[in-house]
Amino acid sequence: MLPAGLLTVAYVAASILFILSLGGLSNQETARRGNVNGIIGMLIAIVATAVFILGGFEGAAPFTLDAQGLGVLAGAVLVGGLVGAFMAARVAMTSMPELVAVLHSFVGLAAVLVGLSSYMAPLGGHELVGSDKLIHEIEIFIDVFIGSITFTGSVIAFLKLRGSLSGKPLTLPGRHLLNLGMLLGCVYLGYEFVGHPGHDGLMPLLIMTGISGLIGIHLVMAIGGADMPVVVSMLNSYSGWAAAAAGFMLENDLLLVTGALVGSSGAILSYIMCAAMNRSFISVILGGFGGGAPAPAGPATPGEAKGRDDVSEFDVEDTVAMLREAKSVIIVPGYGMAVAQAQHSLSEVVKTLRKAGTEVRFGIHPVAGRLPGHMNVLLAEANVPYDIVLEMDELNEDFPETDAVMVIGANDIVNPSAQTDPASPIAGMPVLEVWKGATVVVMKRGMASGYAGVQNPLFFNENTRMLFGDAKANIDAILSQIRS
Amino acid sequence: MKVGIPKEVFAGERRVATTPQTAKRLQKLGFEVLVESGAGTAASFSDDLYTAADCKIVAGPEALWAEADIVLKVREPMDHPELGKHEAELLREGQVLISFIWPAQNKELVEKLAARKGTVLAMDAVPRISRAQKCDALSSMANIAGYRAVVEAAQHFGSFFTGQFTAAGKVPPAKVLVIGAGVAGLAAIGAARGLGAIVRAFDTRPAVKEQVESMGADYLTLEFEEDGTGAGGYAKVMTEAFMDAERALFEEQAKEVDIIVTTALIPGKPSPYLITEQALINMREGSVVVDLAAERGGNCRQVVADEVTVKHGVTLIGYTDLPSRMANVASNLYGNNLYHLLDDMGGAEGFKVDEDDDVVRGALILNKGELRWPPPKIEPSPQAKPKPAEAKPEAPKPAALAPTPKASSPKSSKKGHGHGGGGQAKGNPLWLVLGGLALIGVGWGGGEDFLDHFTVFILACFIGWQVIWNVSPALHTPLMSVTNAISGIIIIGGMLQIGGELSDPAVILGALAILVATINVAGGFLVTQRMLKMFQK
Repeated sequence: MLPAGLLTVAYVAASILFILSLGGLSNQETARRGNVNGIIGMLIAIVATAVFILGGFEGAAPFTLDAQGLGVLAGAVLVGGLVGAFMAARVAMTSMPELVAVLHSFVGLAAVLVGLSSYMAPLGGHELVGSDKLIHEIEIFIDVFIGSITFTGSVIAFLKLRGSLSGKPLTLPGRHLLNLGMLLGCVYLGYEFVGHPGHDGLMPLLIMTGISGLIGIHLVMAIGGADMPVVVSMLNSYSGWAAAAAGFMLENDLLLVTGALVGSSGAILSYIMCAAMNRSFISVILGGFGGGAPAPAGPATPGEAKGRDDVSEFDVEDTVAMLREAKSVIIVPGYGMAVAQAQHSLSEVVKTLRKAGTEVRFGIHPVAGRLPGHMNVLLAEANVPYDIVLEMDELNEDFPETDAVMVIGANDIVNPSAQTDPASPIAGMPVLEVWKGATVVVMKRGMASGYAGVQNPLFFNENTRMLFGDAKANIDAILSQIRS
Repeated sequence: MKVGIPKEVFAGERRVATTPQTAKRLQKLGFEVLVESGAGTAASFSDDLYTAADCKIVAGPEALWAEADIVLKVREPMDHPELGKHEAELLREGQVLISFIWPAQNKELVEKLAARKGTVLAMDAVPRISRAQKCDALSSMANIAGYRAVVEAAQHFGSFFTGQFTAAGKVPPAKVLVIGAGVAGLAAIGAARGLGAIVRAFDTRPAVKEQVESMGADYLTLEFEEDGTGAGGYAKVMTEAFMDAERALFEEQAKEVDIIVTTALIPGKPSPYLITEQALINMREGSVVVDLAAERGGNCRQVVADEVTVKHGVTLIGYTDLPSRMANVASNLYGNNLYHLLDDMGGAEGFKVDEDDDVVRGALILNKGELRWPPPKIEPSPQAKPKPAEAKPEAPKPAALAPTPKASSPKSSKKGHGHGGGGQAKGNPLWLVLGGLALIGVGWGGGEDFLDHFTVFILACFIGWQVIWNVSPALHTPLMSVTNAISGIIIIGGMLQIGGELSDPAVILGALAILVATINVAGGFLVTQRMLKMFQK
């Protein structure tokens, strides 16, 4: 039997390791150690809890796990661990957003399950009475509510990112009222739920689980594809809050601390991203933006009448000639590069150019791709050194001195109308000022608009050349020519 | 307009402000060029060459100063030994003088010139902005000094620079240590490399590592964390502890290298003391030290300015006139700098002292006798080449970038994302009031247990809040997947719920929770690991 204080100490150690883990992830040099800290923290937490429920600590454990229970625990951990490891090993870097989204849904699901379980069998098996019971029930209710929203919201985000669902926002009439109505319904069910003796409140709890699940679905359905990075990080935050609520419910400080850490860090990440897009956090969460101009009330801009005939095109030979002559090149990748899996060939092109003495840099917009930092991960996967991958702010003033700019599968993040057209839905969003480069080659499949559904005047600029076709095929062609 | 080139009066000065070549260019700007007889002789430009370049030869300084509208010089005006009066007294009202002035050190001279009501531009005060690089005489002279330093060292060094294997035996290559990698330092590296030596370089500014390596030298590092990047691309004064570490490094290096070239100068300060007597003792006999900072106290105290001495068997070269020792090329480059400045000022036709022009404003010391120095601060060019080679009295300090009143994180200035904790709530008293009310409500109704947990909860929220502001955007995805893995801590909740009979629905739900939470934990951490492995420099 170990002294009971050791459990607390183990939890403190785990909390500290989690904090160090998040802190470590803030820069490249310490990131790996940060991850290792997280793993160690998690192991300490799980082992300490396992010892606790096996009765290894002095004092009153709520129950003692028997051999059968241990088997259940080991089985669940083993299966879960294998499934998780398998998913992590198999996922393609381009599918990272989906993976993260689906993992969030698991946390939400777990929170719901724990909440329901806790209602049926309060900790230690003894019935609570009076205000303790009330508080416990409220905690359960909140835990299940957040967990359920996280679960369904993440599933929808997963489906949208996979493309199984359209990226277009679903804008039901009166959707704000609908959300409000469902929320009030949940509050009413909460009122019904508390105060029942025994487990009689189960029915309202289950109904509420269903309704909050609908809220989660509706919330994320209403958010357009372009805002997905914010949604994913917001769901990340929710999953933290769900864990924190479970901490209150189970009176477990480790859950509480960790949940709060994750919750607040996710919230800030979302806020940082919204700031990068110059959008208000509230308007993103309430949705309705990010797919097709929502209010085509204004007169159609003249640009909208333009099509493929109005742009000047480049073929692969022209592009190669331009790259050969250029002394400095900036490459701006977007989601299109990820979709086409072009990063490896691109990395080779960059290597060849750099060997020839050309200065090549990458310009990354904070919301390029479908996940914050998505482009960085892809380029890192393709062995692009991270010191030539720069952020928008670091690079924007260099465009006027750049000979050649290659935009690969990006659209809204290089749209000049964000700066020039106050009526544009993306007005005010900071963009990469690629149009200031001497020559801009835009690689694109066709003339379709980006996720924001906004026409891009960049394509019609005098110094812009369009290179149509699949990004991978084109870059492969460029690579073979540039090498010869 | 007439441009006049007097003969330099400083003893040993061989340079001349305009050569026949640059005179041609000035004529293209519409200037008529007058040259004092014998002005270019020391730089191998005879009067005949000037005459051939359509310049008018004028006998004597007084006639020249009297006739010219603009006088171009190298050294600042000083007592004229032949005339027995100060050159400043030759300046007429409204006449323009362009030369090195060093106004910070030569306050008296500036007063004298001001009394003459002339217009004076100092080549040493040309601002270090990209546009003004073609007028930057400090850099062009530093370049020459760096090259010449190696040539002087080679002359006093008793061996080859290149290693050689000959029938008569093997000669190891010379090892050269260059301290301070500004323009002069880089030029010295280039010259020494060109002669075939192995070159090492040290600089307090980590940013120059790449430049050093691009010149083919090894960059020495010091196990000491301090960034010496100062204003305007110059180095700044380092702490004493850093200096000690630096001196120790050089003492160690002295055992291996044959030649040390020091170019460490900090604007407006005595040059840092870098080479100790011990370092000299450590050097092999026959080694050479060239100190480009000798004029301002020297990086090596044993070096005597303007002289070659030998101490502990090491030849110490303290020449301060290295550019003048290559008077021909130095005059040409300096003449080109002057040409570009005059071009910038409008040539002969549109010549004007335009105070709205950053370059002119920076160089302007006196405008018709009115003191215009020091100039208002201008934004330094971010890419300004580091050039600590020659002393510059007053480096342009970086414009005081007023820090935006954000409660920003340490990295906010770099990343531009630091909007500060509480950014949303700030300035909106409603939120504060609501938050306060909520807290009161919690305190009123919550039990003691609950409040304990609540305290922990709120504090943890703030830790998360603080920790995350520092994250670099490139790491958002790994960060998210790691927080995701960490939020798998909900597994603990599941574990606490599986005490009971297996058929109990509570236990089944708990076990399921454990299962999905483990997927999360394992998947999240492993995928993060996988991603981080890919990030490489």
